[in-house]
Amino acid sequence: MIRRILAAFLLLLSLPTFAQDQVPMADLMRSSGKIYVVVGVLVIIFVGIVVYLWSLDKRLTKMEKQSK
Amino acid sequence: MKGMWWKILGVFLVLYAIVGGLLIEVPRLPILNETIRNLYFHVTMWFSMIILLTASLVHSIQYLSSGSLERDTRATETASVGILLGLLGVITGSLWAKFTWGAYWVNDPKLNGAAITILIYLAYNILRGSLEDPKKRARISAVYNIFAYVLLIVFLIILPRVTDSLHPGNGGNPAFSTYDLDNNMRLVFYPAIIGWSLIGFWMVNLRRRLFLLESKDDD
Repeated sequence: MIRRILAAFLLLLSLPTFAQDQVPMADLMRSSGKIYVVVGVLVIIFVGIVVYLWSLDKRLTKMEKQSK
Repeated sequence: MKGMWWKILGVFLVLYAIVGGLLIEVPRLPILNETIRNLYFHVTMWFSMIILLTASLVHSIQYLSSGSLERDTRATETASVGILLGLLGVITGSLWAKFTWGAYWVNDPKLNGAAITILIYLAYNILRGSLEDPKKRARISAVYNIFAYVLLIVFLIILPRVTDSLHPGNGGNPAFSTYDLDNNMRLVFYPAIIGWSLIGFWMVNLRRRLFLLESKDDD
C-alpha cells in the first residue's frame, strides 16, 4: 500500500517534466522503478568500502594500544 | 567512538550524494542527457583533490616553519590520497568525455593540465623515495610541494580559463550554474564535495597511523 502511494506520489512529481521531453532522459528506467536497483548497487559497494575502512581503523587502534 | 564523528559524517554525506545524485531531478540538456549527474561524482573528485592538496600544502608550510617531522608525514600522506582522487578524476573524466565529446582524450587545456599536474605530484613521491635522510627529505619535499601546488593552480584553474576549454566555466563556456537556475544541483554537489573530502581525510588518517606504527617497529 505504502509502495503504491509512493509510486503515485513520484509519478505526480514527474508530471511537469512530460511536457518537455524533446531531450531523451532515463524516464523509462525511472518509471519502471529500476533506477533504484542501480542506487542500491552503488550504496552496497560504498557501504562495503566503508566497512573495510572501519575495520582497518579498528585494527590500527588495537595495534596503537598494544605498542604503547 | 571519540574522534570518529567526522568519518561518520563523511559516510552519510557520500551516501546522500549517491542516492540524491541519481534520483533528484536534473536539468535536461542535449548531449549531456543523464550524464549531467557526473557533476556529483566526477567533478567532486577534483574538488576533493584540491581540498586535500591544499591541506598538504599547509602541512608542508607548517613543517618549514616548525621543523616537526610529524608535519612532514601529514603532508605526504595527504598528498598521496589527493593524487588517488586526481587519478580517479582523470579516469572518470575520460569515460565521460568519450560519450559527450566523442573521444577518451581530447586536446583540451584542462585535460592536459590535469595530466601534467598528476605527473608533477607523482614526481613528488619519486623525489621523496630518492632521499634517505629524513630531515633533508622533509625539507626538500616541502619546498617541492609548494612549487607543485602553484603549478596545480596554474594548470587546473588559470590556464583553462585563459585559453579555450570544453569544460563548463572555462574559455567563455557557460558553467553548470548558468543552466541550473533553481540551484537544485548544488544541494547534492556541495555535500558530495565535503563527504568525499572527509572520506579522503579518513584514508589519510589510516595511512598516517600505519606509518607511525611501522616507524615505531623500526626503532
